[in-house]
Amino acid sequence: MSAFPRSKQEEVTGGLLTRNEWDRRHIKWLFGSSQVLLFVILVLIGLGPIIWLAKGAITPTIDTLRNPLTLFPHGAAWSNLSEAWSSVHVGRYFRNTVVLAFGSWLCQIVVAATGAYALSVLRPAWGRFVYWLLLGTLFVPTIVLIIPLYIEIVHPPFIDHSFAESYWAIWLPAGATAFNVVIMKRFFDNLPRELFEAAHIDGAGPVRVFWSIVLPLSKPILGVVSIFAILSEWKNFLWPFLVLSNSPDRQPLSVRLPAIQAQTQLGVLLASMLIAALVPILGFLIFQRTFLRGSGLGGALKG
Amino acid sequence: MDAVSAAAREVAVEHGNLVARPRWRDRLSPVQWVRSGGLAALLFALPMLLIFTAFSWYPIVRLVVLSFQHTNLVDPPTWAGLDNFREVIHDPLFATAVKNTAYFAGLALLFGYPIPLVMAVLISESRRFRGLYSALAYLPVVIPPVVGVLLWKYVFYEPSSVGLFNTVLGWIHLGPYGWLQSPGTAMPALVVEATWANAGTTVIIYLAALLVVDSDLYDAASVDGAGLWRKIWHVTLPQLRGVLLVTLMLQIIATAQVFLEPYLFTSGGPANSTLTVLLLVYQYAFGNSVGVGFGQAAALSLMLAAFLAVFALVFLRATRSWSTA
Repeated sequence: MSAFPRSKQEEVTGGLLTRNEWDRRHIKWLFGSSQVLLFVILVLIGLGPIIWLAKGAITPTIDTLRNPLTLFPHGAAWSNLSEAWSSVHVGRYFRNTVVLAFGSWLCQIVVAATGAYALSVLRPAWGRFVYWLLLGTLFVPTIVLIIPLYIEIVHPPFIDHSFAESYWAIWLPAGATAFNVVIMKRFFDNLPRELFEAAHIDGAGPVRVFWSIVLPLSKPILGVVSIFAILSEWKNFLWPFLVLSNSPDRQPLSVRLPAIQAQTQLGVLLASMLIAALVPILGFLIFQRTFLRGSGLGGALKG
Repeated sequence: MDAVSAAAREVAVEHGNLVARPRWRDRLSPVQWVRSGGLAALLFALPMLLIFTAFSWYPIVRLVVLSFQHTNLVDPPTWAGLDNFREVIHDPLFATAVKNTAYFAGLALLFGYPIPLVMAVLISESRRFRGLYSALAYLPVVIPPVVGVLLWKYVFYEPSSVGLFNTVLGWIHLGPYGWLQSPGTAMPALVVEATWANAGTTVIIYLAALLVVDSDLYDAASVDGAGLWRKIWHVTLPQLRGVLLVTLMLQIIATAQVFLEPYLFTSGGPANSTLTVLLLVYQYAFGNSVGVGFGQAAALSLMLAAFLAVFALVFLRATRSWSTA
């Protein structure tokens, strides 16, 4: 459960407060009460909205509208969930979201792993130039590129075919995430090169070194990149909204939820929203360490 | 051959590096190039080169070109000089959007900068529940932003007396308030939701930084008679200096790109009080008929990107001397 391993020694020293200070009454009181307050606030802001969403999702709409804070005055309405899944077609949008997230993940992981391997291990002469270009793109926010990207998808150069309304329009651009390549290259840089040399002497080519040595050693960073690739596609709104605008049946949950809001009862809408939020929440609970380590990494590296 | 690659080569030679053979020899024949691993490196880099060329480097160039063109999606584009930039700057909505974005960023700093720091300091002092607390703080970050916005819009900020906030305020006979419906409260309402949704990341970054603060410094300060507050002021904050500056920069850059909240909450209203720069880009490009305003949209995007890049470089340079601990 604990995200940060702590040693025995840390319990005594190693923090802001020393043993002596813990023994002083007013400090004890101050920190004790601030801890209680912290706990209450964290539960309220971290868990509160999710619990409220879950409660609203299985409460009849009329009760939610009349008494938003009363707990099930007229029983639960589990039918909200099944109605959302089938009548509102959340089941289909859910599958769309899964397919989009899987494709974007695959594209990101292939581009980042092979690209970082070339830059870090194979080190061609032009590698440094490409790496500087990648670092340069970190200064360009993705969202300012939506206009040229949109034109490129609708009127691609050399190809007389619009990729709008196709999942390729989302999968392929997702691969151009420079941050993935940069953190993966830095991870590969720290792998012991002796291993590659030994493998080479044993007759392994670059493909074999990549597949049998680099990838198995890189599970932690592959995990971090994978989790953030899937999460960011699950959260993505603007790009799928633009390029899938004319095919509602192919849109992911994020795009559909605001669209169905007007014609959907509140209870069913909340059930749909709960379904959309459930996968990332469960993923977070399962892979908590990777999440927390990864977002710390983001801050450290972006600087 | 520059100094760094020369050094890299020396290291490679020293370690008898055989996977990456020397490639700096004066011109290799194609066969030698393939044998020395040049082809393998190119093939491995190919997905990256293709994808980044198509979806990152080329669009960046295209953005610059577009902002100097009259474009719609039908006719061939024509040279526009600075027309697009002129039109954007003379658009009265431009000033509104810049002002609103600055207001959003300022409020987001006011709410979102000190709170995660206080939380992280308190969380890191809790020996027993550190993991639980950091998980709770991070939880809103994983909720899809669209779900978060809809939940806040139709439940928390519901303007009638059954809205969650209005219900609670109703207990002390206040309200009901139309949070998103009045120009004065709409922007702060957006910022509160955005802070809720994003603060967790900053908390986790601070927690990671607090873990590496040398505990001897605290002990030394205690020995010298420093109390709790003086230790926070003279040890904790200076030790976090580098991280504090980075998160400050990242937060300003992120909030300057705010789009989802104003788009879904208010569509820029009421009375354009939540119209942000990127919302204006969206309106130019897709607002009326798709394609007509692409030139202005590109010009405004380019101005934003240039501003943020210059800001980041100036910020990094100006704070370089402070941020190294």
